[in-house]
Amino acid sequence: MNLSLNPLRRYLGLYGALWKNSVVREMGFKSNFLLWIVVELLWFSLHVAFIAVIYMHTKQIGDWSKWQVILLIGAAHFIQQIFQALFLSNCIQISEHVRTGKLDFMLLLPVNTRFLVSLRVVDLGGFINATSAIVLMIYSLKQLHYTPSLAQIGGFLGLVVVGVLVHYSLMFTLAATSFFTVRAQGIIWGYWSLFNIARMPDAAFRGFFKSFFTFALPMLLVVNVPAKLLLNKLTSPGDILLLLALAVACAFGSEALWRFSLKRYTSASS
Amino acid sequence: MKKYLHVINIGIQNTLVYRVNFVFRSMFALIPLFATISLWRAIFAGKTDAPTIAGYTLAQMISYYLIVTIVDALTAVTEDDWQIAADIKDGRISQFLLKPIDYLTYRFCLFGAGRFIYTAVAAIPVALFILYLRKYFVAPADPATWGWFALSIVMTAALQFLISYSLALLAFWLVEISTVIFIVFAFEAIAGGHLFPLDILPPAIANVLAFTPFPYQMFFPVSIYVGKVTGDALYRGLIIQAAWVVIAYLGARWVWNRGIRKYSAVGG
Repeated sequence: MNLSLNPLRRYLGLYGALWKNSVVREMGFKSNFLLWIVVELLWFSLHVAFIAVIYMHTKQIGDWSKWQVILLIGAAHFIQQIFQALFLSNCIQISEHVRTGKLDFMLLLPVNTRFLVSLRVVDLGGFINATSAIVLMIYSLKQLHYTPSLAQIGGFLGLVVVGVLVHYSLMFTLAATSFFTVRAQGIIWGYWSLFNIARMPDAAFRGFFKSFFTFALPMLLVVNVPAKLLLNKLTSPGDILLLLALAVACAFGSEALWRFSLKRYTSASS
Repeated sequence: MKKYLHVINIGIQNTLVYRVNFVFRSMFALIPLFATISLWRAIFAGKTDAPTIAGYTLAQMISYYLIVTIVDALTAVTEDDWQIAADIKDGRISQFLLKPIDYLTYRFCLFGAGRFIYTAVAAIPVALFILYLRKYFVAPADPATWGWFALSIVMTAALQFLISYSLALLAFWLVEISTVIFIVFAFEAIAGGHLFPLDILPPAIANVLAFTPFPYQMFFPVSIYVGKVTGDALYRGLIIQAAWVVIAYLGARWVWNRGIRKYSAVGG
């Protein structure tokens, strides 16, 4: 490990070591690693099958056609899998670190604790699953006879990063509540139901539900906005700006709660 | 028999610890439910030429999902399979071999107690939700339907439990059973009718599914309630469902006997 004084290089080096560690760990359970990929692929096909069956009985949902929604499902899976690869298991483990007192040890290490807690483990299967989402998105675009421009693809990828960060901020906020309740696992489990909304076309919703999941928990923006950009369905740049603004708000919110929780942290054993 | 009443009592005490968790769980489950219902509403709203989709009116479709939620609360296996697998892996199963207690009956009592508490806790949010959608909630006209519905739910619970129990016993052979559980869970979700009523599928696919136990784990009791199964089809369905329960029971006993042999081979 080089102890470079440049903090960026130092953290990149650290992250590289964590990656290496994760690869070694995953390869220890090869068959399990492959089975989890099968599980994810199965559930992914299930969501696509659901949409395919629904579109046997209708041509449109709002202004969304069949292959547009299937692309949306691909985009949702893509964002979810990248999030899962980088952050999910780390967020879930936070309550465990608090409960067992392992957090004490991490607080003593000469690195940013949030960095360590958030990025310790990389779930490599997520990247492999993300490729199946790319394949589906390309296939849907072929079915739609639509070729997005390079700018659209670039914008889409940028918004995917924003989407992953929104998921991360929200999940991290939930995980940080485990400082107070210990039983945060139930709440984290509940976040899974939110993924179910993220992959639905926004045109299906209205009223309070739509406002809540747009402005309070931006689930109806996280996937819909990048997918609409890719499909050229955005009527104004307003949605993109809204998503960016809410992403920044979520990030600040999660950092504020994290600092507040750490200040009140008294360790599990004392 | 009395000892199993004690087991039920212990099961109730144990699950009461998780009541807050259950409230969260049942409330969070309502979010995707509401999303699915909104999706169907949008589809029905865009369909001006005919008031039904595959024979379902909007009210019947919404009722279908609400009844799925209720049957799910009453019969779904949530923690039991993980606990059984942990019992096996941690060696706690040995004590059941020494005591005059039947592990399957013991587990079924705990499952029943857990479902009882979960349903009692989930009843409040689910009832409020149904009240909110009461305009779309249809009740069966014939009182006999309620009876057949109840009977079918009991068999659904038994079937759900026995299948999960057998899967959990795979822990005698496998280190990790969660992948297997999630794979079967996926089939239950789509072929059991959690995601959509199975009779909106093309008839060819629906007919093939009828030969698997999955529709009898959810779709069958719900379609009794919605009034899609009546007369001869109802009696035939109940007999097939009962047959699946018996098969699952024999299967569970068989897996247990094989597993115990394997287990003692390791321990002795």
